[in-house]
Amino acid sequence: MANFDWIFNTLGLREWCDGDGGGGNAPLSMADLLAKASGEAPETSLWNTPFPSMDVLNDACSVFPQSRSVALGLENGFLGIKDSLSAVLDPITQPLSWALHNALWFFETTPWWIMIPLLTLLALLVSRSWLLAAFVGGSFVGLAFIDYYDYTMQTLAIIFVCTLICILLGVPIGIAMSRSDRFQNGMIPVLDMLQTLPPFVYLIPLIFLFSVTEPKLYGIAIILYAIVPVVRLTNLGIRLVDEEVIEAADAFGMTKRQKLYGVQIPLALPNIMAGVNQTIMMSLAMVVIASLVSAPGLGVLVLRGIRNLELGVGLLSGLGIVLLAIILDRLTKAALARVNAAQKS
Amino acid sequence: MTEPKISIRNLYKVFGPRPQDVLSKVKDGMGKTELLKDHGHALGLNNINVDMAPGEITVIMGLSGSGKSTLIRHLNRLIEPTSGEVIVSGEDILTYNAAQLRDMRRKCMSMVFQKFALLPHRTVLENAATALIIDGLPQAEWEPEATRWLERVGLSGQGGQYPHQLSGGMQQRVGIARALTSNSDIMLMDEAFSALDPLIRTDMQDLLLELQKELNKTIVFITHDLDEALKLADHLVILKDGQVIQQGEPQHILINPNDPYIMDFIADINRARVLRAGTVMTKGGDTTGLSHEADASATLEDLIAASDGNTNVTFIVTSHGENVGTLSMTDVVKSLVPAHTEVVADFRTSR
Repeated sequence: MANFDWIFNTLGLREWCDGDGGGGNAPLSMADLLAKASGEAPETSLWNTPFPSMDVLNDACSVFPQSRSVALGLENGFLGIKDSLSAVLDPITQPLSWALHNALWFFETTPWWIMIPLLTLLALLVSRSWLLAAFVGGSFVGLAFIDYYDYTMQTLAIIFVCTLICILLGVPIGIAMSRSDRFQNGMIPVLDMLQTLPPFVYLIPLIFLFSVTEPKLYGIAIILYAIVPVVRLTNLGIRLVDEEVIEAADAFGMTKRQKLYGVQIPLALPNIMAGVNQTIMMSLAMVVIASLVSAPGLGVLVLRGIRNLELGVGLLSGLGIVLLAIILDRLTKAALARVNAAQKS
Repeated sequence: MTEPKISIRNLYKVFGPRPQDVLSKVKDGMGKTELLKDHGHALGLNNINVDMAPGEITVIMGLSGSGKSTLIRHLNRLIEPTSGEVIVSGEDILTYNAAQLRDMRRKCMSMVFQKFALLPHRTVLENAATALIIDGLPQAEWEPEATRWLERVGLSGQGGQYPHQLSGGMQQRVGIARALTSNSDIMLMDEAFSALDPLIRTDMQDLLLELQKELNKTIVFITHDLDEALKLADHLVILKDGQVIQQGEPQHILINPNDPYIMDFIADINRARVLRAGTVMTKGGDTTGLSHEADASATLEDLIAASDGNTNVTFIVTSHGENVGTLSMTDVVKSLVPAHTEVVADFRTSR
């Protein structure tokens, strides 16, 4: 005799419950097994009455589905559409695989004596600061010295490609959001979800959809996770442009396009750059998690450190990621400061 | 009477979710407060009819919330009216499509803003050339034009700077240069000098009058400052709660205010500096035996100075070399006191 038998009895569903032969297909729980062994159903007091969950109701009526079937149904549903979904998504995302592949090839095959000076020079050009350039050069030399050069370059290549694609997709989405309140209201829940869904969770369906040997698998995971700030801040930046300046642009007869490229984007640039900075930081965080699904780079070492409890490897690779983070953050902030200085109003 | 350059006919503006539905109520005479309370719509402009003559400065004056900024934005359709007509150079601009409207904004109208509204990421020169750059002219054509106007407003050599490097007064000079560079006949000035401090404001007013003498544009000027309005206006329009309560020649309004609101407004001004001999003189009149002469455009302050304190003087008022009337010092002194204060004075002496 289980709890809540009375629900099915009073609703007149007893026959429907027992119609299937009764308790045939549901596997027994440990508690049921114990109860069977002792030969009597456990008596429950009012105090201990369980919540009428699916499993408890299943005890009373074996036709009633168990809660595991919700997860099972979701999984079967996904597997059902999986083939057609990947047939559509595979060709669309193929350029991402191609881009990651080539970027990895480029960063790995360029010799170190070209790459390190090149990156240092780039840092100097962006920041106009010798100190920062020296820090960048020193960091890469240090990482190469402890034989982490290849891993570092792989991580850098992935971040480079993913950030670029985040900007290419995120800025237009942000602009579209700033132009239409309805689109904005539709997008905000999506962005909230992308930002709060634990990153491990969307690795799972991606594994089903794409082959693990394809770089786009982790590419998509990183982009989905990191695109949010650049979208949000582009939208915000354009909405914050001074109302009177926009009015002046209208009053002098600018077309929508002239207004967008000549006024709105330049004036929103500080905010957009702040978004790019955040996007880079988030893709750096995600590149470590993505090593779970075959992303190369420093994340692999972190993973090795955890799996084999190699403390030293874990710490060193973690430090390497911190160095990369500092470099990318300072460089984008230096660029941002230069934009800000040019147009303070 | 020449054809007006800009003519506003029966213009209404109602702000709210369904302005067309409540428009008929406004036309039937429902007031601003009632409309807001019973229908949730704000009445911006209520049956505005104004003609603006070419080559004149029309000043629209009112306190904040009177609808003056809303009104000026109807002239280049930054705000769309609920009903009415805006006729510019004989054409109803409300029938214009987007392309025609842009063309009109580039070539026929320019605007100067209260907070300057310069593009902070462009140089002063590029800002001054805004209208020409928008129109797609090459740099070789816009640069000399913009440089010329920057020089004209007193900013020669500053073209390479960014707006944030200039003071407020200089930024507004760039704003004026930007409007002039477009070579439009009509200039809209939305509280253009209100954000500047008083001395610079006077300078800018003088600059505007000087430019106007030379260029003869049709200028629509918005202000909340009566002294500024009287100094600049050829035609003065006074707005209150979205309605025109009086319009006409400023001197005429000063002498014959038709509304207590305007009387309050003009009570504080220095009448000696504003009223002119031509306004208060007696037309015609016997000029025999009079030696003092005064121009019709001289202010009463000028006359008092010229009389050297002698209250027995009577001036011959001349305009373009012809005698047009006479003006005794007694009349000068009398007209220094506004009409309604005279009544109060009478009341005091009779007690």
